[in-house]
Amino acid sequence: MSCRDCNLCFKKKSPPCGIDKDNCPKFLLMGNPNVGKSVFFSKLTGMHSLSSNYPGTTVGFTEGVMQHKDELAHLIDVPGAYTLDPTNDAEEIARRILKEGADKVILVIDATALERNLVMAMQVLEHGLPTVVALNMVDEARHHGVLIDIPQLEKELGVPIIPTVAVTGQGMSDLVESLDRARISPFKHMEKEARWQIIGEIITKVQTITHRHHTFMDKIEDLSSQAFTGGIIGLIVLTLSFTLVRVIGEGIINYITDPIFEIAYRPLLVKLSEFLGSGTLSNVLIGKMINGAIDFEQSLGVLSTGIYVEFGMVLPYIISFYGVLSFLEDFGYLPRLAVVFDALLHRFGMHGYSIIPTLLGLGCNVPGILATRMLGSERERFITITLISVGVPCVSIQAMLTSTLGRFGMGYVAAVYIILLIVWMILGRILSMTVSGFSPELIVEIPPYRIPSFKALSSKLWFRVKDFLYEATPLVLLGILLVNLLETSGFLAIFADKLAPIFKGLLGLPPAAAVPIVMGIFRKDIAMGLLIPLGLTAHQSLVAVVVLAMTFPCIATFVVMWKELGWKKMIISSLIMIVATLMVGGFMNFVFKVIA
Amino acid sequence: MEVPNGGVAIIEKIPHGEAGQRLEAMGLRESKKIKRISGMPFCGPITVLLDGRYFAIAHGIASKVQVKDIVQKRVVNEL
Repeated sequence: MSCRDCNLCFKKKSPPCGIDKDNCPKFLLMGNPNVGKSVFFSKLTGMHSLSSNYPGTTVGFTEGVMQHKDELAHLIDVPGAYTLDPTNDAEEIARRILKEGADKVILVIDATALERNLVMAMQVLEHGLPTVVALNMVDEARHHGVLIDIPQLEKELGVPIIPTVAVTGQGMSDLVESLDRARISPFKHMEKEARWQIIGEIITKVQTITHRHHTFMDKIEDLSSQAFTGGIIGLIVLTLSFTLVRVIGEGIINYITDPIFEIAYRPLLVKLSEFLGSGTLSNVLIGKMINGAIDFEQSLGVLSTGIYVEFGMVLPYIISFYGVLSFLEDFGYLPRLAVVFDALLHRFGMHGYSIIPTLLGLGCNVPGILATRMLGSERERFITITLISVGVPCVSIQAMLTSTLGRFGMGYVAAVYIILLIVWMILGRILSMTVSGFSPELIVEIPPYRIPSFKALSSKLWFRVKDFLYEATPLVLLGILLVNLLETSGFLAIFADKLAPIFKGLLGLPPAAAVPIVMGIFRKDIAMGLLIPLGLTAHQSLVAVVVLAMTFPCIATFVVMWKELGWKKMIISSLIMIVATLMVGGFMNFVFKVIA
Repeated sequence: MEVPNGGVAIIEKIPHGEAGQRLEAMGLRESKKIKRISGMPFCGPITVLLDGRYFAIAHGIASKVQVKDIVQKRVVNEL
């Protein structure tokens, strides 16, 4: 295998191929956010770095290896920055990486916004490193009526300038060839005012803007930026996205994964079960038989429920969620949606971007929580994740609560949604007032709409799904193993028994209800099913269902929270969840007693 | 930023501090011509157009941006 095939080796201390990272030439890939740097990185290294049509995809930095003539070079995808006088973490990282020095810099400039891009470009050039400029999106600039005199710009900046269209690969080989001609620009460090003046002069000399009529895309951009039409478009897009995630997810489950599990996987498990006989190993791997057969959802074996939860329940939603999200990202819609909902969500300690994870949580909490990665601050992520896990019921909870409460009348079903919405709002308000940390005020560039390419979308989806599987599978299997051991050892029953008085006194539920509720911390759908034979009154059922809906929705969500928040914050979030649940349950019980 | 929706103005002064620095880095600096596209209700973000690009700025920050030579939407449309 050649180095080009295994370029991940730079992540290891001693690459197996023997390449010495420190003695390799170091190239930096720099530019403003959202100029297509990630696409350059993918094309130059063959490695994937997520690219989206909204600023800030590259958090931290990615490194890889690129082939330049006969030598290999170490390429660093530096986080996008508007300036090297840092105003955020990404810019601080960019400044530090540049300060450490490099052999060459590939500077990506967006031809559609030359003036603004030149600020950071000049700052990089002032560092005196051999540089090549990729003038990207020249096609789009031309389309917008922006004409740039490239030879003149080359003369002004003193470094080679290669026109490129990264998404189609146009100009990419010219760029690699031009690296030999990388030059140090004559610009020396200067004050901000002097830099602006030079930029102004350069723009006058090299850029011509011709008038053009509004296109259809421009009109849609305008409409979705207005308060009224933007709000309506926002609601339509959200409803459509939500429906699509559900329809695609359910479609994959009904027509692909479930048939595979039933036709191909079940016979295998049955054979294994027969081979193992009864005993601890069979109990751990296959789990218990439900009505004499393996039940993928209730057997609780690592190979039955463990594999099914990951690949049969979560994976289909991951695929549908990321498919829809990636489209919205690449189309450039997400920043507009964030703007529409920003004011409302700020009142609950969140950010405009929190709208996406929150609504996706209504389909499945797992992708909802994963989507909080798009939020800028840790504070917003914590609040959003906690609110999703407490107040946003996933599809399976919604289905179960309808079957449990529907027999008392649909008013009870509606009551659960109303109570959860009130809890979501009050808890959000409380968290926004109490959780410390930084919540940045919105200043974002809204990218123009672009029709995403199918190839880029599918490759992005594939990498995201792969990442999820690598990260979550071991944790999900471990989680199921834990539930299995707790249940078979009888620990769960003992635990429920000890908690029974609290449930009875505070929540007004019979002691027997403690088992399903504690069980619900791990497996929600079974728990709600177990409530039905207890013969609870309508009010008791309502309390029990609200309590169940507010605790962790399922083991997979619990695991993802652990993964995303770290164990300390996950424990805090869980404590908030338990206190909120007991308070709401207790309050409901109190109100019902007063009414009675 | 006392520009009505659809109106055009010249930026006279941007606020000091990190927010101002960020605006400047994004190209929203003194003497640049901007067009206000919209303001979201309940003190939501203000959307402006600068050199053919849209920017959304939190209401609190936008209100500290001083502008001059305001041209109303009606007049902009006639130009």
